Amino acid sequence: MAGRHKNRTFRIVTVLILLGIGALLFFILNLCIGSVHITLRELTGQEGSEMVRKILWDIRLPRAAAVLILGGALSLAGYLLQTFFNNPIAGPFVLGISSGAKMAVALVMVFLMGRGVRVSSAAMILSAFFGAMLSMGFVLLMSRKVNNMSMLVVSGVMIGYICSAITELVVTFAEDADIVNLHNWSRGSFSGMTWENVEVMAAVVSVTALLVFLMSKPLAAYMLGDAYAKSVGVNIRLLRVCIVLFSSILSACIVAFAGPISFVGIAAPHLVKKLLHTAEPIFMVPACFLGGSVFCLFCDLLAKTMLAPTELSISTVTAIFGAPVVLWVMVSRRKESHA
Amino acid sequence: MHEMDTNRKNYYFSTEKMCVGYGGKPLVKEMEIALPKGEILSLIGPNGAGKSTVLKSIAGQLQLVGGAAYLGGQLLGGFRPSELAQKMSVVLTQKVKAELKTCRDMVATGRYPYTGWFGVLSKEDERIVDEVMELTHTAEIKEQEFDKASDGQKQRVMLARAICQEPELVVLDEPTSYLDIRYKLEFLSILQELRDKKGLTVIMSLHELDLAKIVSDKILCLKGEYVERYGTPEEVFEADFMERLFGLKGGEFLKNEKLAAYVRQISGWP
Repeated sequence: MAGRHKNRTFRIVTVLILLGIGALLFFILNLCIGSVHITLRELTGQEGSEMVRKILWDIRLPRAAAVLILGGALSLAGYLLQTFFNNPIAGPFVLGISSGAKMAVALVMVFLMGRGVRVSSAAMILSAFFGAMLSMGFVLLMSRKVNNMSMLVVSGVMIGYICSAITELVVTFAEDADIVNLHNWSRGSFSGMTWENVEVMAAVVSVTALLVFLMSKPLAAYMLGDAYAKSVGVNIRLLRVCIVLFSSILSACIVAFAGPISFVGIAAPHLVKKLLHTAEPIFMVPACFLGGSVFCLFCDLLAKTMLAPTELSISTVTAIFGAPVVLWVMVSRRKESHA
Repeated sequence: MHEMDTNRKNYYFSTEKMCVGYGGKPLVKEMEIALPKGEILSLIGPNGAGKSTVLKSIAGQLQLVGGAAYLGGQLLGGFRPSELAQKMSVVLTQKVKAELKTCRDMVATGRYPYTGWFGVLSKEDERIVDEVMELTHTAEIKEQEFDKASDGQKQRVMLARAICQEPELVVLDEPTSYLDIRYKLEFLSILQELRDKKGLTVIMSLHELDLAKIVSDKILCLKGEYVERYGTPEEVFEADFMERLFGLKGGEFLKNEKLAAYVRQISGWP
């Protein structure tokens, strides 16, 4: 028994360390690989021109940092939503929360840009948060009416379509040079990150992720179901509010800076759970974050390089790798429930 | 009929005109229960009589529609959730999902009210988990995945989990429904053992009347809107009681003569 117990701990620690190493590795690769190749010696500042230093410091480093932070946030948001709805294919994208946030940001951006006002990071997050909460409200209303997991996802997808349609409409009728930017963003992209963006997202995401980690004990009880969670003394209502709030903040932060990114929120937590071979939140929360970072760093690397110099939208890449995982989840669920 | 003692301090669990039901609509009205510490109370009655509703209300899962319930002389609704969790545990009929949990992990979730901020088990917690699993004869399925265990095994694990919570009162909703006769008897003997050794108070619903009669200190019969009877098994089980409680009517409702004869036979029971 003790041996098995040790085995399990060993496995979890190993996976966490490997994910950490993976994140570091892809982070470095993201710094080095691109339209201009940067060697490791240049990276450590031992040699290199002013231009290389500029590319590294002004473009690659903030971008890679943003991918690391937002990828983790995305995966964590997905994990929270899956726990909340007890639904393995819930996520900010499929439930329409990303699209709601996108719509709100697009409206605010077009409105403010039209008046020549520069939109600050904080304002972007705030409007994205309102949009996310709006969609979340709809999804929660729907979840009272439908108990079925696929129906919930379908209604989320519908909300997503409505929000996307409104966004498209707004973007089409907006007239500005920034439209190109807006268009890129509305398809999901990590390009054009500034250090100011990174600072704001780092602050928001780190605080939220820490709070989620501190919630791991009640989350574990919540997974047993409402009645049992209540019987061990969990304040269910408060916990629910926290989950909704934190997942919306995380989703909002991603959308505000990178636009809607599909499938990471479902694929990363699922892959991580398979690796860990445990669903305990105390391990899942940090592992999900790292897993999301690795997944997104990998996908962004491909988005930048696959058809260089043309850059793919990040969602194109995440969909290629994420959607099959989602299908796999659904099929394996079905098998289990029939067994 | 059982004499009600107005002095609630003599009882560990008691109710006062407790009405239970859903959405403000009472299903069972004005229940008066008085249960001393270290006694086993069984709820019996036909399907749909509200046994589960009563148990859920006692466990604080459902708001009372009226009246009051007391635990150790204190109003049940007045406890902080974390405080109540150290006094009362539950075994419910609903299915539990336990992704990637072993049976031992499931039992260990009962330690929740005692662990620290991150819920990490201490040496003492681990010892209690192992001890309870020995006691409930679930030690041999310790490392088995909970989701893959049989319904009967799950029921035993959930009992172990409830005991692991070290409650003073345990509320069980049809805890023996999936167990074969051997485990049924074993299950009930474990409850009796805990009652005798640790003064555990038990409130449960049972379908097996013969077992309820043997194992319980008090019986509560539910039928219709009000409590049909409450008292010791001797007081409750009397001639033609079964026939009345379940509406057996000498088997008239049955077409098959053999089954009707069986009904007449058990109607005289106990």
